[in-house]
Amino acid sequence: MPDLLPDLTQPAGWLPLVFALVMALSLLAYVVLDGYDLGVGLLLRRGQDAAQKDAMVASIGPFWDANETWLVLGVGVLLVAFPRAHGAILGALYLPVALMLLGLMLRGVAFDFRVKARAAHRPLWDRAFGLGSLLASAAQGYMLGAWITGFQSDAWSHLFSALIGLCLVAAYRLLGASWLILKTEGALQLQAVAWARGSLWLTAAGIGAISLATPLVSPRIFDKWFSFPELVLLLPIPVMTLVLFATIARSLARLPVRLQQGNQYGAAVPFACTVGILLLAFYGLAYSLFPWLVVDQMTLWQAASAPEALQVIFYGVVVVVPVIIGYTAFAYWVFRGKSTALHY
Amino acid sequence: MDSLDPLLLARLQFAANISFHILFPSISIALGWVLLYFKTRFVATRQAHWMDAYQFWVKVFALTFALGVVSGVTMSFQFGTNWPGFMNTVGNVAGPLLAYEVLTAFFLEATMLGIMLFGRERVSERVHTIATFLVAAGTTASAFWILALNSWMHTPAGFEMIDGQAHVTSWWEVVFNPSFPYRLTHMLIASGLTVAFLLAGLSAYRWLRQDRGADVRAALRTGVRVAAVLIPVQIAVGDLHGLNTLEHQPAKIAAMEGIWETQRGAPAVLFALPDAATQSNKFEIAIPGLASFYLTHDWGGEIRGIKSFGNQHPPVATVFWSFRVMVGVGLLMLAVGWLAAWQMRRGQEPRIWMARVLVAMTFSGWVALLAGWITTEVGRQPWLVYGVLTTAQAASAVPPASIALTLALYAVLYTLLLVAYVTVLFHLAAKAGGGALNRLPDAATKPALTGVAHA
Repeated sequence: MPDLLPDLTQPAGWLPLVFALVMALSLLAYVVLDGYDLGVGLLLRRGQDAAQKDAMVASIGPFWDANETWLVLGVGVLLVAFPRAHGAILGALYLPVALMLLGLMLRGVAFDFRVKARAAHRPLWDRAFGLGSLLASAAQGYMLGAWITGFQSDAWSHLFSALIGLCLVAAYRLLGASWLILKTEGALQLQAVAWARGSLWLTAAGIGAISLATPLVSPRIFDKWFSFPELVLLLPIPVMTLVLFATIARSLARLPVRLQQGNQYGAAVPFACTVGILLLAFYGLAYSLFPWLVVDQMTLWQAASAPEALQVIFYGVVVVVPVIIGYTAFAYWVFRGKSTALHY
Repeated sequence: MDSLDPLLLARLQFAANISFHILFPSISIALGWVLLYFKTRFVATRQAHWMDAYQFWVKVFALTFALGVVSGVTMSFQFGTNWPGFMNTVGNVAGPLLAYEVLTAFFLEATMLGIMLFGRERVSERVHTIATFLVAAGTTASAFWILALNSWMHTPAGFEMIDGQAHVTSWWEVVFNPSFPYRLTHMLIASGLTVAFLLAGLSAYRWLRQDRGADVRAALRTGVRVAAVLIPVQIAVGDLHGLNTLEHQPAKIAAMEGIWETQRGAPAVLFALPDAATQSNKFEIAIPGLASFYLTHDWGGEIRGIKSFGNQHPPVATVFWSFRVMVGVGLLMLAVGWLAAWQMRRGQEPRIWMARVLVAMTFSGWVALLAGWITTEVGRQPWLVYGVLTTAQAASAVPPASIALTLALYAVLYTLLLVAYVTVLFHLAAKAGGGALNRLPDAATKPALTGVAHA
């Protein structure tokens, strides 16, 4: 492994590493932020009436657009900082990428069309909203699976990818339900607790399955985890994940009683813990795959653009990203608390 | 499926995506500034109709913006999947420009849009106006970066080729490459005109339905005046852009003009069917010497013909005809814009037939824009980056069947969305007038002075 690492004191060494970090954090931000949007979209068809569906959409209305932009940044960094990997990865994932894009398009436009088209068409656009969210979520999970297995085309790899697709759908659903618990009130909030409970076990089963399957699929990942002393040092990851799952389960069991008494205490717990689980899963994945962009074929240094081009973007990132985080925080602060009906 | 040409499919797919995409930014760029104009008029005058106009058009903006975002996300993936050779060869130039677009424009407009649409009751009037300004500034910044890249692909500058890869020697020369000022101006005014006719068209539609409140008349007036002012400017800028193209891409000009033989005193071809097989025009109607005059400002000036470029020239008929469509629509806009502005001088109402013409011209900006887009992009062929990289060299090895399948899916979805978009805009316009029967024209409101500073 050490022979894969170049001299990190040189720009050609540290710049690609910085951009890999920016890309990874953008994609993580995307999964967490658009994850709850997609999750609410997945749950939309379960909304009991038009008013409840409106309230669900209202909870994500001011945010989804900016949330989706993190995907553009993540893929944009892949494109501009690691052009060779962009072609290789997205070329190999051509069809799932297209399905994801179709899904994101349906979801994004349904957002506006459902309230602007004639009333008779609204159920149709609601269905497009849900279908788009499902398509995008499943395709993203499938792509993640295919990427982990290095784009092998045997049946087991496809099955593994499909499993991760299912798992990500469950995780987004959990995230969406937790978001609704955080942002809504009344009957919908109680509904969301039940939805979260349903998604919780599927997500846990999925993450467990992936944790078992990934080392089996890749001997290299097996060696990275199951050797001494790495195993001991890495042990906190699965342990903390278990603790977080247990915390969510306990919170979901207690919330209905509390919420019925008008007590919102702990309504943020499921969302915060779900984000925590995603962070841990992300960290574990990053540990497994570093420094490969295309597993066993292309490291992030081999895929990187010329240092002078990266340098130019680096200045932009250093100056602009803190500003982006600043006004994003401002927007979340403006729309803090329980969401209100959207009208303009 | 082996008979399918992967290069042609990849080009068709990319053309479908980028053509569909450009429709929406072309509206949101200028409409953002129009919204800011409505908002600042309201803040300055406290006349409610400016806010009514804002609230109708912000709905149009939100829908347009959503379509622009989702189709734009698609583009960010297709740069790599359809044209891996593009990033491998000129990634050091294109990468930073695209990165700066995402960093300085996309997040800004997407985040501020939330506050602009839904935050009016949660923030102060001032912050809401600032958010409206930042959305407009974001869309324009986005146009700045992407047109810098697009212009660079036409007139590359400020780089050197080392081992088959472009390396930047001067970022200033890359961004402000020779065709950039002309292309950016031409595009921003095109956006202004597209929005002017959209404003005028939808407002005329409401006006014809007896929905004649002060807000509708203000929007109608704004649209017509902006159109009347911008169209002659656009024609002048287009002429300058053409002269710039003649200097840097003479093959494109030869194709636009349908001139096969290098000659002095070249004619302006009004109508012809360019024939690639015989390398000549059929049924040509032309005015002798005129093309030389407007291209070189000399009746006897020499124009290089298509034949002199060997096989390094674009498909002539496509470029020739799309150019004529653009100019034709532009002239129609000039006639309609000026006539409507004349009819509506000093606060007068337009004639009924003029209102109908304006409704028919609602999306005329799109027609001119797409025709101009095809002229310039097809006119660049066979190059992707002029003189540096051909389109064929940049193509990917994705199986043609995959491209064909996804192309079909995109085509179906885009058609549906386009139909839905146009239908919903007119539906919104009709619905907005639902309460108009109770609302008399506000005679007390003086026709507000409309300006074009923000358009």
